[in-house]
Amino acid sequence: MQGRWSRVVRTPVGLTATVLVVAVVALACLGPVLWGAGADAVDTDDILAGPSAEHWAGTDNLGRDILLRTLVAARLSIVLALLAIAIAVVAGLLLGSAPFVLGRHAGRVVTAAVNIAVAFPGLLLALFFAVVFGAGATGAVLAIGLAGAPAFARLTQTLVAGVAARDYVAAAGMAGVGRIRILFRHVLPNIAEPLVVNTTIGAGNALLAFAGLSFLGLGVQSPSFDWGRLLYDGIGAIYVNAAAALTPGAAVLLAGLAFNLFGESVAKGLGVPVGVGPRARASAPPAPATAPEPAVRDEDVPEPSSDVVLDVRDLEVTFPGPAGPVRLVRGVSFEVRRGEAVGIVGESGSGKSMTALAITRLVADHGRVDASRLDLLGTDLLAPDTAVRRRMLGTSLAMVFQDPMTSFNPTRRIGAQLAEVATHHQGLTRREAMARAVDRLTAVRIPDADRRAGQYPHEFSGGMRQRAMIGMGLMGAPALIVADEPTTALDVTVQQQVLDLLGAIREADDVALVLISHDVTVVGEVCDRVLVMYAGRVVEDLPAADLATAARHPYSRALVDAVPDMSTDLTKPLATIPGRPVSPADAPPGCAYADRCPLADARCRTEDPPLVADSRRHRVACWHAGEPLPADLSADDLVETVESL
Amino acid sequence: MSELCFDNVTVRYGRTTAVDGVSLTVPGGEVVGLVGESGSGKSTLARAAVGLAPLTSGRITLDGAPVPTRGRPRPLQMVFQDPYSSLDPRMTVGGSVAEAMPPGGTRAERRAEVERLLDLVHLDPVCADHVPSRLSGGQRQRVALARALAARPRVVIADEITSALDVSVQGAVLNLVRELQRELGLTILFISHNLAVVRYVASHVAVMRHGRVVEQGPTSRVLTAPDHDYTRELLAAVPGRTTRRSQP
Repeated sequence: MQGRWSRVVRTPVGLTATVLVVAVVALACLGPVLWGAGADAVDTDDILAGPSAEHWAGTDNLGRDILLRTLVAARLSIVLALLAIAIAVVAGLLLGSAPFVLGRHAGRVVTAAVNIAVAFPGLLLALFFAVVFGAGATGAVLAIGLAGAPAFARLTQTLVAGVAARDYVAAAGMAGVGRIRILFRHVLPNIAEPLVVNTTIGAGNALLAFAGLSFLGLGVQSPSFDWGRLLYDGIGAIYVNAAAALTPGAAVLLAGLAFNLFGESVAKGLGVPVGVGPRARASAPPAPATAPEPAVRDEDVPEPSSDVVLDVRDLEVTFPGPAGPVRLVRGVSFEVRRGEAVGIVGESGSGKSMTALAITRLVADHGRVDASRLDLLGTDLLAPDTAVRRRMLGTSLAMVFQDPMTSFNPTRRIGAQLAEVATHHQGLTRREAMARAVDRLTAVRIPDADRRAGQYPHEFSGGMRQRAMIGMGLMGAPALIVADEPTTALDVTVQQQVLDLLGAIREADDVALVLISHDVTVVGEVCDRVLVMYAGRVVEDLPAADLATAARHPYSRALVDAVPDMSTDLTKPLATIPGRPVSPADAPPGCAYADRCPLADARCRTEDPPLVADSRRHRVACWHAGEPLPADLSADDLVETVESL
Repeated sequence: MSELCFDNVTVRYGRTTAVDGVSLTVPGGEVVGLVGESGSGKSTLARAAVGLAPLTSGRITLDGAPVPTRGRPRPLQMVFQDPYSSLDPRMTVGGSVAEAMPPGGTRAERRAEVERLLDLVHLDPVCADHVPSRLSGGQRQRVALARALAARPRVVIADEITSALDVSVQGAVLNLVRELQRELGLTILFISHNLAVVRYVASHVAVMRHGRVVEQGPTSRVLTAPDHDYTRELLAAVPGRTTRRSQP
């Protein structure tokens, strides 16, 4: 928490805003003490005077110094604004959390009431309440406070609903913890940040609203004065002494700006660093990076022959991290031949998805892709973008993503989204493109493709959407399909249909496939060759048929043994891999797997083994490749290794 | 050892019937696997048991009495799929576990109980003072298990507890489930879409489809000699049983 608040102050805007807010608050505390007497000193000899050396902003109709009055008015203005925002926040929190505490039916009534109140403009509500409570400071505070409450209630409600849907709230309820206690213990702390930010911004707005009400004569009444009141007094004489109105105006502006800017920079600085899942973690490497060590060159990559579709040499993907660049992919080399299916397996954070994104040129803008060669069908993928190249990529490379729910635009019909590829890249007319789209949907076994093409993505089931996505890739004549976890979000029976489809396409047109998956069984079933990735490097490259029986890297072997299949021995515990995966950000100088490896020795910890071919088409990066693992762990040992997990 | 019984349970949301007349018994001290595709109603059935989904008709009983869904104690606990959403990111691990414990006891006694539970799921007791963001997915799932056990449940429902985990830690969590069942005699309803995983942990298995149980019986029988076509279809779809590699 400490660090995040200091992050707020470290940006130029944040620093300025903080200084301004501190200054405004200091003025509110000290102003009346220092200048209270001066501000009330009546000087009938010098009324309605213009700016002078003695009175920088001139004097009012009783000869009182306007600048001093403005400085003194800070306290009342700020205190009233803070009171108003306090009312808004408290009322908003009560109304906003009521649906959670009251349960479904009573909650609905509160929600409806808040929704109606939100529909009224805030200022209108403020004026309405000001009339109800009568002119004066108390009335104005209540008016602005209550007028701000609906918006706060709405915000609270939305945030509470978001947290209430999380499993930890359900878990606490299941343990028998009461609703109110859950609210204070689990819900409110987790929505505090956006509320704090909105409170700060709300304080600025309350200040402005207050000045407005006082200016209209509905707020603070003489002899008390706040900035709005001073503005009201000064505006009548604006042609005599412009400074009389401009000075309190400037004060309102500065203070309002201070609160709003402070709120915004707090919002930016307090970005919520709450873990959400392995995939999200992989894309945001948090740990400090070590200095890039000399890259280990992988040897023995045969010279590309003519049927190579994809040729990758020394691929590096680097992202800027908080402590220097982080290498998510570290020197990956492989090639894919025509019609070949290559699987990439590894845990989350191993760099497998980043490799796929680098091939398809979809790495986010702030990431850097380097390679000594990255060729698709002989075209350099790293060369600058041209129309010809884009067309080549658009038609010969297809990408299938994990989540078929998010890979289509939900507001456009499926057919039109497929047809767009053809009109854009192949120069077909809309009618021709549509006919091709229907044809492709038929090819990916979508029944009644003619009618289905006119439907929206939400009318498709998950499996059908994934097939339509593949169909989109087939609009051109792809030589390579890159599929990133294409079946992870699908049911097993649907998974089989999608894998069948990919197989049929490969067979029909000799299309190459790069299949990225965490599931070794899927990869073993579909692919000809498997690359095992760990901490951004390929540690083993072997024929898929050998994966289960002849893997030589200790990590590949552990990965295969850790997954139960339909013939796993039920009497023995499953193999586990001790420790946790190394983040590519803090990959050690030696082998990244050394800390978890039963075979590791001193050399493994200092020297990173290169990926070398040890037989035909089998490459492995390990100093102890193929050595027997220590005899099967007894149950006691297993508990120990598990403990360190 | 307690027996969890679903008797003709139906759950409807508006016009959709999520669970349609399901009768299922989880015998005391056994692990029963519940398999089926997404939308088959297996998670809804679990949520209905712990009171998170409203019952339209039928009864869910624990040793013959209805499952209490208000106040304490709660003899039925559930472990959720996503360990990244099932722990309060602002509460220490120890706090989350202690919250589920029955009230009473001194501070030191409660602390000792938390450490005993963490030890039971093979976590270092110093983890008690960590917040979840310092733990890996596998470690979080162990904390979630420890929290469920803290409530001294007679039955635990595990809803897809390994599907959000990396394969390398999935094995460790499965070993733990088997160990807890063996050593504590825990009754577990283990929900999963992965037949190989269910085969490994469960002695009985029930197959759900479209809100109904289409087949149930001992795991060894159902997975080797299935009666229902849908079970056969599921078995045929387990990856790794066929190969689609290109011909060399």
